[in-house]
Amino acid sequence: MTSRLLQFAAPQAFFPLAGKLVPWFSFLAGALALAGLYVAFFVAPTDHQQGESYRIIFIHVPAAWMSMFLYVVMACWAGLGLALNTRLSGMMASAIAPTGAMFTFVALWSGALWGRPTWGAYWVWDARLTSELVLLFLYLGFIALKSAIPDPTRSDRAGAILALVGVVNVPIIYFSVQWWNTLHQGASVSLTRAPSMAATMLLGMLLMALAAWMYSIATALSRVRSIILERERDAAWVQLQRDGMRAAA
Amino acid sequence: MNWGSANEFLAMGGYGLYVWGSYGVTVLCIAIEIWTLRK
Repeated sequence: MTSRLLQFAAPQAFFPLAGKLVPWFSFLAGALALAGLYVAFFVAPTDHQQGESYRIIFIHVPAAWMSMFLYVVMACWAGLGLALNTRLSGMMASAIAPTGAMFTFVALWSGALWGRPTWGAYWVWDARLTSELVLLFLYLGFIALKSAIPDPTRSDRAGAILALVGVVNVPIIYFSVQWWNTLHQGASVSLTRAPSMAATMLLGMLLMALAAWMYSIATALSRVRSIILERERDAAWVQLQRDGMRAAA
Repeated sequence: MNWGSANEFLAMGGYGLYVWGSYGVTVLCIAIEIWTLRK
């Protein structure tokens, strides 16, 4: 079983597998997002304190979760590549970074538009907001650093070190609302206690979070295919693949 | 059902700009990402 899984560590074997998985995860992302949006706008009730402005939560919380989670996954791939010298690991880390940066931007943007009606300000230099902004810079720094080094092996190593050092920021973001006085509210969802929100609101949020997961998997797999083709362009199997595509076109 | 009419839906209880500003930019970001992946 392990050896059968490990064979997909080779880019050549992973390329067609990723190609088969992308449509499935894309479909799941679309279906879950439609269900989530329906619950978000037509089932979940109006919040008695914030009125309709709270509906930003269905974008904001899933995006913020994904921004932190994707960074950890990216750092894991990067660390794995550093430890085992596997080519695919560095490619996976590169494939995840743009999607992580996108979700970080969405979390900051939707947070600003939610902060204005509820706190009276688009932005405050508060622990939660500032550490999330640092996360965006870490993603952008990782992308910039990797693209600045042309040699793939050295680029993967340098990127991996940056990703691993930066991972310290993730628990800082998560616990910032407990460690410092902040405008940002604490966690609404926890594994250890009952959620502090209506069941339908929670359902909408979880559906949107699952959609964000599926979307991230689909985009990362789709992007890693382009990276594999680019990096292995001199390999015989890529040449064959290219000739096949040309023949089909 | 939360909304009496399409206008009420768009107004979002006076928070339309903030709610649709968030959803709109998110959709735009996703569209840009998918478009760059397609190329």
